[in-house]
Amino acid sequence: MTLNPQLPLSISRTHRLQWEEAQQKFVILYPEGMVELNQSSAEILKCCDGVHTLTDIVGDLEQKFATSGLHNDISAFLEVALNNGWIQQ
Amino acid sequence: MAGYNNNLTKTTPPRWLLAELTYACPLQCPYCSNPLDYASYKAELSTDDWKRVLEQARKLGAVQLGFSGGEPLTRSDLPQLVKHARDLGYYSNLITSGYGMTEEKIVQLKEAGLDHIQVSIQASSQELNDHIAGTASFAHKKEVARLVKKHGYPMVLCVVIHRENIHQMPEILAMAQELGADYLELANTQYYGWAHVNRDLLLPTKEQFEQAEAIAQAFKETVAGKMKIYYVVPDFYEDRPKACMNGWGTTFLTIAPDGVALPCHSARELPGLDCPNVNDYSIADIWYESKAFNFFRGFEWMKEPCRSCDEKAKDFGGCRCQAYLLTGDMYNADPVCSKSDRHGVVQEAIESAKQAALAVEEKPLVFRNSKNSKLFG
Repeated sequence: MTLNPQLPLSISRTHRLQWEEAQQKFVILYPEGMVELNQSSAEILKCCDGVHTLTDIVGDLEQKFATSGLHNDISAFLEVALNNGWIQQ
Repeated sequence: MAGYNNNLTKTTPPRWLLAELTYACPLQCPYCSNPLDYASYKAELSTDDWKRVLEQARKLGAVQLGFSGGEPLTRSDLPQLVKHARDLGYYSNLITSGYGMTEEKIVQLKEAGLDHIQVSIQASSQELNDHIAGTASFAHKKEVARLVKKHGYPMVLCVVIHRENIHQMPEILAMAQELGADYLELANTQYYGWAHVNRDLLLPTKEQFEQAEAIAQAFKETVAGKMKIYYVVPDFYEDRPKACMNGWGTTFLTIAPDGVALPCHSARELPGLDCPNVNDYSIADIWYESKAFNFFRGFEWMKEPCRSCDEKAKDFGGCRCQAYLLTGDMYNADPVCSKSDRHGVVQEAIESAKQAALAVEEKPLVFRNSKNSKLFG
């Protein structure tokens, strides 16, 4: 599966993204599994709200963290997330 | 309840809670993971007890929650407990045979916040399914699977694999596809409790395992991206033991119907653990301080060859229940490991099952029901 930069991204129907107070981190929950996320992965996945596209997300995060050149990293991570079934388009 | 946590190993919080709501079940599967003497445990926690357990475990960090049994649908307070779990932020799973499930209940549980439903099917044909389950249930199970899907849950289909159904692997996979399973759990029987008693009749040969696994692997590639397959390995044919429970008292917490807290659902079989009850202690006390949960934490308890093994942090010496059942000593290395000096018992078990399969008259399966359970009480 390849990421389409024009289409909005959302968390998969079968998955849930949530903050875990006891662990002080975001996790993705799905049948029989759980992935504990580091901070940058969580920031990216929080943007997958069914509205924003890859291009939007890069723009938003570059602005939020006052930086540039995030496109390749974000795109590569979202590609992995899509192939793991964490997100859908 | 202080004194059992030596703090040599940092204790991680529980992340998975298995709530065994009841031992009552209309099915009689001969590989059931409930204790052989389940009929002697009659007490069940009340709704308020379960709510308290859910709250306390959630506070410690538990987030994946399985409502199991027995058949959890026999508890009329299930929707209440599901709602409470959702309010607390659990990701909850109903592990069911489908028996007693109706479309109305599926909708009610969805509204209460249930995240997914795992339906077990015993085989790909009605005759064999109903024989293994000890109940005419095949048609209804398929209907439940369809309804689960219809109402927007991720559908997890679970099939326990053993000698009686392993030849149906291609048909089982086709059935999962036809039912639109999002996840398929192919669980090779683990030989504890009822399955241990019936092992000669359930354990397939190595050739059968390898053939079935090859079929499942090939299928996995054709459904990549559509269906996720969890393949629970048959550890009797492995060289190294499984990392049982991801390490004792590191991740998993099971609460039995009567409130006894267990580091794994088979731990009731082990002697001298003094497993604590949630009626007497808080989950925090149980998890961090109890004798049972500290018993096999870390590496101090190990004997050779585990103690000096360079793989001990990978598999934690394997399964304590298996070591106990097969060698009589729960401190031994899991005999599945080829480094174990008792590895021969696994070979003997395999040979014994092979002979039983060739016998002219097979002895009958011991089905899981109250009458048989009382024989073990």
